[in-house]
Amino acid sequence: MASSLIEKYMRMDKLPHIWCPGCGHGIVMRAVVKAIDELELNREKICIVSGIGCSSRAPGYMNFNTLHTTHGRALAFATGIKHANPELEVIVLTGDGDCTAIGGNHLIHAARRNMGITTVVFNNNIYGMTGGQYSPTTPTGDKGTTAPYGNIDKVFDICSLAQAAGATYTGRATVYHAQLLIRLIKDGIKNKGFSLIDAISVCPTYYGRKNKKGDSVRIMEWLKDNAVNVAAASKLPPEKLAGKFLIGELYNNPQPEYTEEYKKIVESFQRG
Amino acid sequence: MACTEVRLSGSGGQGLLLCGIVLAEAAILDGLNAVQTQSYGPEARGGASKSEVIISDAKIFYPKVRKPDVFLALTQEAYDKYVGNLKESGIIIVDETVNADEAPCREKYSVPILRTAREAVGKAMVANIVALGTINAITGLVSEASLEKAVLNRVPPGTEELNRRALDEGRKICQNLR
Amino acid sequence: MNDKNVRLMQGNEACVEGAIAAGMRFFAGYPITPSTEIAEGSSEKLPQVGGKFVQMEDEIGSIAAVIGASLTGLKSMTATSGPGMSLKLENIGYAAIAEIPCVIVNVQRGGPSTGLPTSPAQGDIMQARWGTHGDHPTIALYPSSVSEIYQITIEAFNMAEKYRMPVILLMDEVIGHMRERIELPERSALQIIDRKKPSVGPEQYLPYQADADGGVPEMASFGDGYRFHVTGLVHDETGFPSNSSEVTARLINRLMKKIENNLDDILRYEEENTGDADTLLLAYGCTARSAKSAMDAAREEGMKVGLFRPITIWPFPEQKVRELAQRVKRIIVPEMNLGQYILEVQRVAGGSCTVEGVNRADGEIITPEDILDKIKGVF
Repeated sequence: MASSLIEKYMRMDKLPHIWCPGCGHGIVMRAVVKAIDELELNREKICIVSGIGCSSRAPGYMNFNTLHTTHGRALAFATGIKHANPELEVIVLTGDGDCTAIGGNHLIHAARRNMGITTVVFNNNIYGMTGGQYSPTTPTGDKGTTAPYGNIDKVFDICSLAQAAGATYTGRATVYHAQLLIRLIKDGIKNKGFSLIDAISVCPTYYGRKNKKGDSVRIMEWLKDNAVNVAAASKLPPEKLAGKFLIGELYNNPQPEYTEEYKKIVESFQRG
Repeated sequence: MACTEVRLSGSGGQGLLLCGIVLAEAAILDGLNAVQTQSYGPEARGGASKSEVIISDAKIFYPKVRKPDVFLALTQEAYDKYVGNLKESGIIIVDETVNADEAPCREKYSVPILRTAREAVGKAMVANIVALGTINAITGLVSEASLEKAVLNRVPPGTEELNRRALDEGRKICQNLR
Repeated sequence: MNDKNVRLMQGNEACVEGAIAAGMRFFAGYPITPSTEIAEGSSEKLPQVGGKFVQMEDEIGSIAAVIGASLTGLKSMTATSGPGMSLKLENIGYAAIAEIPCVIVNVQRGGPSTGLPTSPAQGDIMQARWGTHGDHPTIALYPSSVSEIYQITIEAFNMAEKYRMPVILLMDEVIGHMRERIELPERSALQIIDRKKPSVGPEQYLPYQADADGGVPEMASFGDGYRFHVTGLVHDETGFPSNSSEVTARLINRLMKKIENNLDDILRYEEENTGDADTLLLAYGCTARSAKSAMDAAREEGMKVGLFRPITIWPFPEQKVRELAQRVKRIIVPEMNLGQYILEVQRVAGGSCTVEGVNRADGEIITPEDILDKIKGVF
């Protein structure tokens, strides 16, 4: 039987979803819905926008205003929506390829404008929908169907990228750390400007199999063992952090939001 | 007047574009038709540049100047580049610094436009408006009132008095000619 | 200019004025010659009427933002030139399948690629029709004077809203940059069309259910309480994706029928002296101005020359051109490309008269003399 959360927020007739057994994306999608529920947001004013890829099928299952756009362009569509109607709470669900490869330019500029958008990256280190090609977050040395001899590309740190571009809130959690993920998404939504949450997901079908990482549970265990909370990390010596990655709230520095700044220009004419 | 074609040329940055716009707008204020076009090459930022205006009491279809009736050149480079295909009955107005000895048409005026702007008005930048005063005093293409109104419509706020003086000084050059 | 509505105005400026009069309240764009004045004008005027402007990071983002804004209910536009148009094609296809009203202005310059940034061309005629992939309907309008730019920009918005689709407004560097006399109509005299909003409540609303005429679905806005789904995938009446060949055929056919069933409403053209003409000039945009001058000159010399000027470039005014082709001895198609629209004219004329081009793709406008030479050369 479906949980009350699913019944309340999901399009029941569109389920079950198309994701593979063991895929982490369902956990991320649930975290988004749980965050919305806990914040008691008006669902009529929520607009969920996605691009193309496994991650981007999520909005179809979610009972809000939903827009499934072209590959990489979700943030540009979302910019139009937020700017045109700032009352809307705009949430972008995207993947590592969608967001940082084909959509990289839109990402850095949405961050730079501090557009009032919350972006959740379903980061599974691979292009899943097309069958396992390496992405900008596939670790160097790992394999993909287009990196049969090992990936020689370097990896994007999506949170650092967004922060450097001007995002005013960033955080990272994994599908193992679901409670943390929910909290970060809530705080990201509460931030008025551009927020990005790097949600480390798992792809046992392509990434896991190609790299002999085991099944979903094994990969989840790896996430558990290698994620270090940012608060704990500050107390650890560097050698203990080698090969680990940080989770938690990574940056929180509220700045004037784009549509609020634009509103001032419009109001300067209404006064006159 | 059936149709008059005007070519205004000089170096990029001398304000020939504005010069053409003002002339076209003055014609429209007079109830005439006018089309203004300009060259948009890299020469619009330095080098020779031109702005063209066709004024007619009938509708204007083909929008480009083919055989100018009136030709202004503020620099030698612009003169050399754009003097071609002038009408034989055309009028040439050049700055005094331009050598127009080989001019192809009968009526030719060599006038101190740049010097007047610099010395009499005190601002080299307004040479385009000085030129308008001179051109119109010679050709009578548009009414003086419309020309002044068009200038004031199109110049930056706060520079009205300066530009009105520039227009006046331009007209005066022409009086001195006669 | 005793009348306060008579002005000297640039073509690109008239486009902005027309768009605002049509109800445009959102513009997203990226700087590109020779269309930049449209972005500049929009950035100045929109906040004055409570509208929104944003300069996006690229051309793809611009059309994406325009589609997003349109989904919230704002009439939206972007403007560009050839290189930008090539980039926008991706999301023009999205707007076609998802049926999102928007206007895309292409002030044409020389191509291919960066080509001749500051010189005019008419090389994007076929791109406007076939640029984005897949079968889809297209409306492309092409004015030829500053006054007409104002009026046709309004019509572009009206058609976009009425038929829920992207409408391409073609211009060229000549008409975009030239200034001429315009008499602005009173706002109250303008016919402005808005999209049809849902006539049923959220529970009954199907976002892609054809209306009673079998055509255009009613359109809710995000935030109105309708909570619907929009996708670029093939979808059924509910808006959700489908792989069914039956659903696909139904959708694509309906999209095409929106245009095919409304040609009388969509086709705009002007004809002059076609009654007794044995030679017909068929021209559009700035070239139509040269053709008009050439026709007048030919008529003065006693030649029976007429002019047909399509304003609606796509869909092609097939029936009208076929009729004309059967009446005249020859059709001359001057265009600033190496022969694009002429292919349609030849197809439709089907051998009933000769069809010849006057072509230039060198950045120079075709002159009346170029056309006159062609008229005389064949006599």
